Formats: sequence, C-alpha cells, structure tokens
Amino acid sequence: MMQPKGIYALWYRESKVFARQRSRVISSIANPLLWFAFVGGGIGSVVSIEGINYQTFIYPGVLMQAVIFSSIFYGVYIVWDKRIDFLKEVIVSPMSRTSIFIGKVLGGSTETTIQTVILLLIAIALSAAGLMHGINLNPLTLLLTFIILSITTAGMASVGLILGSQMESPEGFELVISFVIFPLFFLSGALYPINNLPPWLAPLTLLDPATYAVDALRATLLGTSTFPMALDIAVITAFTALMITIGTQAFKKMKI
Amino acid sequence: MYVIETEDLTKRYNGLVAVDGLSLKVGEGEIFGLLGPNGAGKTTTLLMLTTLVQPTSGTARVSGFDVVREPDRVRGSIGIVFQEFSTDEMLTGYENLKLHGWLYDMPKQLREERIKEALSLVELTGRKDDLVKKYSGGMRRRLEIARGVIHHPKVLFLDEPTIGLDPQSRDRVWKFIKDLAVKEGITVIITTHYMEEADRLCDRLAIIDHGKIVVLDSPEKLKRDLGGDIVRLKAERPDVGALKALGFVRNVGECGGELCLTVEDANEHLQEILDVAGKVNSVEVHSPTLDDVFIHHTGRAIRDELNEEGSWQK
Repeated sequence: MMQPKGIYALWYRESKVFARQRSRVISSIANPLLWFAFVGGGIGSVVSIEGINYQTFIYPGVLMQAVIFSSIFYGVYIVWDKRIDFLKEVIVSPMSRTSIFIGKVLGGSTETTIQTVILLLIAIALSAAGLMHGINLNPLTLLLTFIILSITTAGMASVGLILGSQMESPEGFELVISFVIFPLFFLSGALYPINNLPPWLAPLTLLDPATYAVDALRATLLGTSTFPMALDIAVITAFTALMITIGTQAFKKMKI
Repeated sequence: MYVIETEDLTKRYNGLVAVDGLSLKVGEGEIFGLLGPNGAGKTTTLLMLTTLVQPTSGTARVSGFDVVREPDRVRGSIGIVFQEFSTDEMLTGYENLKLHGWLYDMPKQLREERIKEALSLVELTGRKDDLVKKYSGGMRRRLEIARGVIHHPKVLFLDEPTIGLDPQSRDRVWKFIKDLAVKEGITVIITTHYMEEADRLCDRLAIIDHGKIVVLDSPEKLKRDLGGDIVRLKAERPDVGALKALGFVRNVGECGGELCLTVEDANEHLQEILDVAGKVNSVEVHSPTLDDVFIHHTGRAIRDELNEEGSWQK
C-alpha cells in the first residue's frame, strides 16, 4: 500500500533538513569537485586511456562516486534517526513500511541528484569553454545520463538504508566504508577500464552492479563501452528492484 | 463500549516476563494511569497497545481494533507522545505539525485548522516558526502533545510525559492534558512513576508491579481504602511484630529505612504506638497519599527504586 502524501512528507523532511545543514550541503558539492579536479587533473597529466584524456575518461566515474558515497552514507544515516527518535513518529503513523521506505529512498536521492546535476553543469561549462573534450552533451545524452543515475541512486540509497536499519549504533560505520562503499566504487571501473584486468580482479568487477552503471554512463557520454547498453540498464534496474524489495522487508523487521 | 480492552496480555523477553496476564478496560474520555516502578512493564504495555511490540500471548483491542490483526487501523486511531523527544529539531514547530498531518493523510483545510487550534491550546502560536532546537524542554513536550492530537485520535498515549521537566512546565503540561480530555473527549493513557502526577491527573489508575496489576481504582478510592492515617516512624530497634499485633494497626511497611504504619485514628492511638515501638527518633502523621497506597500494596516505596536521572529502563 502506497501513501503519496506521507511519502511526500518524508521527502519534504529529508530535503528541508539537508538544506538547513550547511556543512552537509557544502561537503556534498565540494566532494565530487575535488575528485574531478585532483584525481582527474593529477593522474590525467600523465595518463590517457584509449586516446581519451584521463580527466574526461573518469568523468562518468566521478558521477558514480557521488552516487555511491552520498546515497549509501545517507541510508546509513538512519542510525542517527533512530537515536533522535524522529523515526518513531513515522513508525507509529498509519504509513505502511513500503511507503516509509520509498519516502526515505526519495529523500536520499534528492541529495545525490543535487550533486550529480552540479557535476553535469560543470561538464557543460567546461566543454563550452573548450577546457574539456570528448563528452557528448546534448539533451538526449543528458536525459539518458539522468535516468541511469536515478535508477542507480535509488538502488544505492536502498543498500544504505538496509545497512542502517540493521545497525544499532554508528560504530559500524567504518565497516560499511571499508567493505561496502570502497569495493563498490573501486571495482566499478570508475577509475580504470575493466577490459585488461588481471584474472583475479576481472570477475569481481563483473559482480559489482556499479560496473554496469559506469559502463552505461561511458557509453552515453563518451561513446565507449564494454557491454551492450541494454544489458547495463537491465542489470542496474534488476539490482535496484531487488534492493527495494529487500529494503522494504528490512524495514518491516526493523527494531526501534 | 471500551476504548481499550486487554485480556491476559503477556510479553516475554527471552524467558523474562515483562507483562504478565494484564487484563484491563478503559472507557471513553477517561484519563487512565499506569503507575509502577522501574521494569514494572508499563512501557512494554504501552508499546504493545501501540502495535510497536507484538504480544507473546493474550489479546488487546484499541478503539475496537485488534493490535495484532489490524495494526494499521490501530495506528490511525491513536496519538503517542514518547518518553524521548521525537520531533525533528531541524524543523520548525509548525513544520513538525504539518508533516504529522501529511503522515495521517489529513485534508489541507482541516489540517491547518487543527494545527492552529492545537498550537494555541499549548500556547506555542508565537513560536511556531522557530526551529525546534531553540525550544526549551517544556515547550518541546507541549509541541509533541499538540502533535499527538491534531489528527483527532480516539486515544492519546503519554509515556512519562513530564520526565525531566521543571515544576512550572510540569504544571502546564498537566493542565493541557486535563483540557484535552475534557474539551476533546480523548481517552488518555499515561504511564508515570510520579505519584503526584498520577494523583492530579488520573480518573483511575492501575498500580503495576512485576508485570501484574496489583490494584486498580480511582486515586481517591485507593487512598480511602487504606482506612486510616499514615504514621511514619524512625525507630532504633522497632518491634515490628508487636506493632502488627496492635488492633488498630492495619499494616506495617518499610519506606526508605523508616516504618510506615497504616493506623485507624492515629491521633487517638499515637501514644500506644510509641510505647510499643521502643526508642523513636522521629514521628510523622499524615493522611494517605498514593505513595502510601503503593507501599501498602507492594511493601516498598516507589522512590527507593528510582535511579539518579529518574528515568526507567524499558
């Protein structure tokens, strides 16, 4: 059962609170910029991949970095929610657990979407100024990029919420970073192409759902890819659907 | 028709019985108190009635709905004020209430009307656009009570509503709760360990100990039923047996290292008591309070079990 007004309420709360926490707003804007400028610019000065400038090559990867880090962090955040007890107010309302979960996913997606939109605007500006080359930016590719990012963001926010709903205190945070966020990000091919990896590493990248999102973004924005676009989209959609299903169940069993 | 009806309601946690065969009925518009010491099972009872915890056995109906089979409908018909604050401090008072209206799917016009009424009832109209983190504890508690009633619940649950509040704030919160029950006809279920709170607010109350109802009645009746005055003695080596043997002594209990006697017509018999008690350091005679009722029925004082912060574990 879905309750649109209640889902809107949850989204409203998340975005209001986000907008009022200036440190979160600043870091969520600065974070991807730093990756792009320092990692892209630094490594890009010595490396180019498949004839593409490295900074351009990792641009889709930086988008994915924003998605993975901020969505999952957001989800794990409900550990604090449990502490400040606002979650109780929601849990005792007539809202179904499915609605609560969807509302939280939408709330988390907003923050991530703000970051990715800023990154897209920067790419548009840099390309227009002639400082960045080889990125196909037109209404169609932007729309497609936006869709790929939205699906992936919903899946990653769900991963965070599932982890957060199982955690009793913020102490498990470090584990989430080491064993969930870093592997998802570094194995996704965000920073390097996955076609020539050593045999022990290649299979691992194939298990990472983010790999397919990065591949789809690269296909859209750079015109280079490893898998067919249809496969990419199918994998990330299935991943997100699965995570939302598991997340709804996790919320039903969550103890407060 | 009863608004709350439980039968043999029981909750076990890993073999430990938190609530043990609780059966009670609460009528419409009643302010009903659950009074008891730490770990007596008050909060667990509340969590079961509000569908947040599943009973191990027994049944409970709230506003006519079964808490296990129709939890969503139960949740739609109740309001809750938790022991810990559960408003969002990064939102304003008004935003918290608006959010609540959305969660309970209230039509816009009704929502705005009820928010306005509730804010004026708890005297927060002037502060409604301030962030909640700027509120004092008493203001925040009042906001949460307002929030608990804007969707017109049949039952309002209050879990230790005045814990941690200063005496003035406490008085005001009590006044709001009373007003609510009278003006809105809402049934109020309140858990507390403050005797004064239970005495001032409740139409009826159940004293709960070890998950069971020890006694249930109106505060006046409970006090009257002790049938006498309370004599509080500090004696060096009191002869409890001899005191109990006195015909006019109805009960002898211990309260905080002193003896509490329930005595028929204490003024008449005080000298005889002192004669039997041995060397007495201090003595005090007063009419029964709920403290005395509690001591009478459980054999000990509730405040002996309070921890420092005055909070109870669930």
